[in-house]
Amino acid sequence: MKSSFLIMICSILLPLAAAGASPSSAKDNYKTFCVQCHGMEGNGKGINVVDMSTQPRDHTDAKEMSSRTDKELTKVITEGGQSINKSVLMPPWKATLSDEEIKGLVNYLHQLCKC
Amino acid sequence: MAANNTNKISHCPWALLIIVISLFTTVEADDSGRKILENECVSCHAISPKAPLTLKEIQERKGPDLSSAGIKYKQGWLIDWLQNPTRIRPAGMFYGNHIKPGKKNDEIDTTSLVKHPHLSSEDATSVAAELNTPKHNQALVKAGDYQPGSISITLGEMIFDKFKGCLACHQIEPGYGGVSGPEVYTAANRLQEDYLISFMRNPQAWEPKTFMPNKNLKEKDLQKLVHYLRALSQEDFQ
Repeated sequence: MKSSFLIMICSILLPLAAAGASPSSAKDNYKTFCVQCHGMEGNGKGINVVDMSTQPRDHTDAKEMSSRTDKELTKVITEGGQSINKSVLMPPWKATLSDEEIKGLVNYLHQLCKC
Repeated sequence: MAANNTNKISHCPWALLIIVISLFTTVEADDSGRKILENECVSCHAISPKAPLTLKEIQERKGPDLSSAGIKYKQGWLIDWLQNPTRIRPAGMFYGNHIKPGKKNDEIDTTSLVKHPHLSSEDATSVAAELNTPKHNQALVKAGDYQPGSISITLGEMIFDKFKGCLACHQIEPGYGGVSGPEVYTAANRLQEDYLISFMRNPQAWEPKTFMPNKNLKEKDLQKLVHYLRALSQEDFQ
């Protein structure tokens, strides 16, 4: 009886623990993972760009950004630049961010480009 | 026989005094590294294992976690570096707190960077010895995981830059490469090879919210990259 109660409690709590902390806000994730290359203002002018062979996308460029579908944006964040035939300098973030967080970033990109 | 020895010591109080003093001195010497760590280093470094850091904690972190120092750093390097510390991450830690908009692109705000304290030779040796003890995440490192080998700098750079894109965040020589991550031309001087393999294989196993991405590197590429880092560490960039 006691053990079945424990199992029940564990079966409720473990999935919660596995899910980890609540997802970080898109703005916070952008500041941590994207700003280093895409810049503090999202204009593609991050601190890392000086020696890059391919310059990062300017997320404030409405014309360029609106040519990408949400599906493509999700794919490039999740699997990296090469997954959409773009630069290897854009890494995959699927090991770092949850699907929900990546969805949040795609929405945040729409805010940055106002498109 | 034992009574004889006791008599000898009681007849020679100086010998007894020297033994007692040397015991205390030894204890004090063993303790000094730990005391420095606990009293001074903790203001910027975690020295005992913590739960995986939240994004906010990553952003507030001022120095690397030392709870795995015993399986991460090379002792000789620690002793030298603590006496003559140089900046390893050009944009400091956390990089986001040390940048500002510049004319062409964002720049490092050097005025906000803090220098690491210099330790005396004696203190550096004690602290380095103490740092040999913390081995959090030891299960992630397999002794002998790195198989010594070699690679040309040219081929290594091709893998590091063109094939894997690591140059985006890391410098492979002073002033060349990305600046948000640590310089890698000194990595093999600083870090144990088996640790390098483990961290590059799965950075998120060490720190779920690290901004080192997981590039899904194959085992043979992990080995080649460490060959490359070792070759880089032999270069004279002065």
